[in-house]
Amino acid sequence: MTAPGTDHRHHTLSVLVENKSGVLARVAGLFSRRGYNIFSLAVAPSDDERFSRITIVVDVESSPLEQIVQQLHKLVPVVAISELAPSDARERELLLATVGAGPETRGQVIQLVGVYEGKIIDVAPDRLTVMLAGAPETVDDFEELIRGYGIVELQRTGRVALPRLDRAGGRAGRALGVA
Amino acid sequence: MELTGAQALIKSLEAQGVEVMFGLPGGAILPVYDPIIDSSIRHVLVRHEQGAGHMAEGYAHVTGRPGVAMVTSGPGATNVVTPLADAFMDSVPLVVVTGQVPTSSIGTDAFQESDITGITMGVTKHNWLVTDAADLPRIVAEAFHVATTGRPGPVLIDVPKDVSTATMTWYEPTEADLDLPGFHPALEGDPAAIRAAADLILAAERPVIYAGGGILKARAADVLRELAERTGIPVVTTLMARGAFPDSHPLCLGMPGMHGNFTAVTSMQQSDLLIALGSRFDDRVTGKPSAFAPGARVIHVDIDPAEHHKVRRADVAIAGDCRLVIEELLAALDAAGLPHDDDARVTLDPSATVADAPPGARAVPGSKAVGRPAERVAEWRARLAEWQRTFPLTYEADAGPTGPGGGLKPQFVLETLRDATPDDTIVASGVGQHQMFASQWWRFDHPYTWVNSGGLGTMGFAVPAAIGAKVGRPDRMVWAVDGDGCFQMTAQELVTASSERIPVKIAILNNAYLGMVRQWQEMFYEERYSEVYLSPDLPDYVGWAEAMGCVGLRVESPDEVAPAIDKANDIDDRPVVIDFRTDAFEKVYPMVPAGLSNDEIVVDPSQATALAALRSGGAR
Repeated sequence: MTAPGTDHRHHTLSVLVENKSGVLARVAGLFSRRGYNIFSLAVAPSDDERFSRITIVVDVESSPLEQIVQQLHKLVPVVAISELAPSDARERELLLATVGAGPETRGQVIQLVGVYEGKIIDVAPDRLTVMLAGAPETVDDFEELIRGYGIVELQRTGRVALPRLDRAGGRAGRALGVA
Repeated sequence: MELTGAQALIKSLEAQGVEVMFGLPGGAILPVYDPIIDSSIRHVLVRHEQGAGHMAEGYAHVTGRPGVAMVTSGPGATNVVTPLADAFMDSVPLVVVTGQVPTSSIGTDAFQESDITGITMGVTKHNWLVTDAADLPRIVAEAFHVATTGRPGPVLIDVPKDVSTATMTWYEPTEADLDLPGFHPALEGDPAAIRAAADLILAAERPVIYAGGGILKARAADVLRELAERTGIPVVTTLMARGAFPDSHPLCLGMPGMHGNFTAVTSMQQSDLLIALGSRFDDRVTGKPSAFAPGARVIHVDIDPAEHHKVRRADVAIAGDCRLVIEELLAALDAAGLPHDDDARVTLDPSATVADAPPGARAVPGSKAVGRPAERVAEWRARLAEWQRTFPLTYEADAGPTGPGGGLKPQFVLETLRDATPDDTIVASGVGQHQMFASQWWRFDHPYTWVNSGGLGTMGFAVPAAIGAKVGRPDRMVWAVDGDGCFQMTAQELVTASSERIPVKIAILNNAYLGMVRQWQEMFYEERYSEVYLSPDLPDYVGWAEAMGCVGLRVESPDEVAPAIDKANDIDDRPVVIDFRTDAFEKVYPMVPAGLSNDEIVVDPSQATALAALRSGGAR
C-alpha cells in the first residue's frame, strides 16, 4: 500500500455536511456513481450539532480533484468543503490492533508500543490489544512492525485532518466555495 | 389553523402557485388525494405513473414553471424514476410527491414499500423523506426553491401515510424558514472572466456560438440574439437548444452533433473560438472528445461549475446564469467599443445563408473593437455559406420505394407538417430516427416549441410530454412526432388525453422498425438485423387510437399527407393520431459514427462526391 499523504495521488477533503439522516449515503453514492475512488473516510459530529464533518481521502488519479469538489458541492446537504493538499494538512489516524503476544514476544510488543508512544488497552495471557494515534505514515510504520507478531484483528479509523496553521496563525487549507 | 399533513401538503402546493398536477392515487398517498377534491389545483389522472412524470416534464419545458406529479409508494414511486432521470439529465424542474408506508413500517418490507429516496438519490437534485407533518410547508417551499434555483432539476418529496394523517398547525413558510445552509448557486459571472471572454470574442477569426439548453432555462433567447447580431457570430443550437435561436435567422447554422448538419458540425471542428453558452460538451455533440474542435479556444458559460472542464478544458470558464452573463458580456462589449447597433438587426429568412447576415455592429472609432479581424470573420462566414450551399440537409423525395412502407419519406411528412402548422406550434418527440428527423426538418423560430428527451434518450417520451405541454400551453397547437416503437411504450396516456379533453396530435412515423437501431445494424453490424422488426400493422394504430377515444387516420402515400394533416389540424375536441407508413429503409444523415471524430462525418449519399472533393482539396 502506498502511504497516503506522502504522494500526490491522495488529497484530503474536509466536508462539512448537515447532520441529517442519509447524508453519508448521498456522499458515498456520488463517489460510486461517478467512479471516484475513496481511499479513506471518517465521519463524526462537528462542534456545531447541526453539522457533521466527513473527512475523505480521495484518489485524484481516478478523477480531477476540481470535478470531485464541484460535484460534491451540488449535494444540497454539503455546506462547505476545504481541500487539504498533503503539505497543507495536519492529519491523524487511530489504529487499534490485537496482536499475538506470548511469553516469548510480549516484552518486544510492549517495547514497540512504548517507542511509538502508543498504549496497551487490553491484556490476555497470549495477546494484547494496542492502540496508536498518529500521523498516517507513523501508523503505517507501526502496523508494518507489529504485523510480525501476528495480527489477530486490526482496525484503523481513516484519517481526520485540519489545515496546517501558517505563521500568521491563519489557515493554510483552501476553502472551496464555502457557502 | 389545525390541518392534516395531507391538507398542509396541498395548501403548500397551492401556495407555490401550482395550477395543475399529474398523478395516480394508491394506498399510501390516499390521504393526500382527499383534499384535492376541494383544491384549486387541477389534477390530471394518468394511466401509468411514468406518464405523470413525462407530462410534468412537458408542462415544465413549455411554461418554465416546475411540473408537479403525485404518485403512491412502491411501484407508483418506482414508475416515476424514469421521468426523474430524464429530467435530471435535461435540467427540467420537477417536483414529485410520492406516498410512503407509515413511518413505523419503514424498513419492514411492508406492502408497497420501496426506498424511493434511496433509489432516486442519483437522479434528483435532492429529495426529502418527511417525518413530521409540521415540516411539510417548509419542505415543499425548499423543494420548489431547489428545483428552480441554479441549474434546474427534479426533486422528490416522500410522504409517509401517518405524516399525511397527522395534524399540524399551519404556517406560511418564509424565506427565513428554508433550511438549506449548503445551497447557494452563483448566478452572476465573474467580471474579470467576462472581460476576458469579450477580449477573446473580439480577437477571434473563426468564432462559433455553441448554444445549449441553458439558454432556454435562463430565458436568454433574446440576449443571445443580440449577442449574435452584434458580433455577427454564427450560432449552432444543440438538440436541447432548438428554438433558442431562430432557425430562419441567417446566422443560425442549426443542430451540431451526431446527426447535425454538415455546416454546424464542421464549423465547430474548424473554429478558433467556441463560445459555449449553457451547453455541456455532450458526447453526442463532441464525437471523440480528443478530436473535437482541436484548434478552438473555449469560453464556457454554465450555471453549474461542475460542467466546466468536465469534458473539455475551458480557456475562460464563467459560472453563472446564461441570461445574466450574456447581459454582462454585452456590457463588456459596450465598454470595448461594440455597442448595440440597430443596423445589425437581422430579418428572419429561412433561405438566407450565413454570409447574407450583416457583419455585426459598427465599432466605435478608436476603441478596442476596431481591431477586430473583420475580414477574417467575413472569410469564415463565406466559407460556412459555401458549405451550407453544398451540404444542405437533403433526402431523395422521389426515389420511389426502397423498402416496406413504400415511397413515403419521413422527411417529407415532417416538411409537410411543418408547413401546414402555425410557426409557434409545439413539437414533442420520442427518441430515435423520428426525433432526429424532427429536429433536422422542423424550423424552430420560437423558444419553448421543442420538447424532447435529450440526455437520457427516453423512448416513449413524446405522447405524455405532448399532453403536459398542451396542458401548459392550451393556446398552442401541439404535435407529437413519434416512432412506432416509442408510441407503443406510452400510448395509453392518450386515454388520459381523451378523457381530460386535451387535444394533442400525434404523427407516428411508422416504419415498422426500431429505426435507429436498425440503421446502426445496417451500417455497423453488416445488415444483421437483430430484434428490430415490429410490423406496420400490429398493432392496428388507427383502431388503437379510436379505442382510446382519439380520431385515427392512416396515410400511405405522399399525396395523402397534406389532406390528413389538414384534417387533424381542424379537430380540436379530441386527440388525433395519424399512422404515417414511412419508408423503412430511410436513414438519418449526416451521421458521425459513435466514437469517431466529427471530421469523419458521413453525409447523405448524394453529397458524398462533393465531400470527397472538399477533403481532397485540402479544405482545411
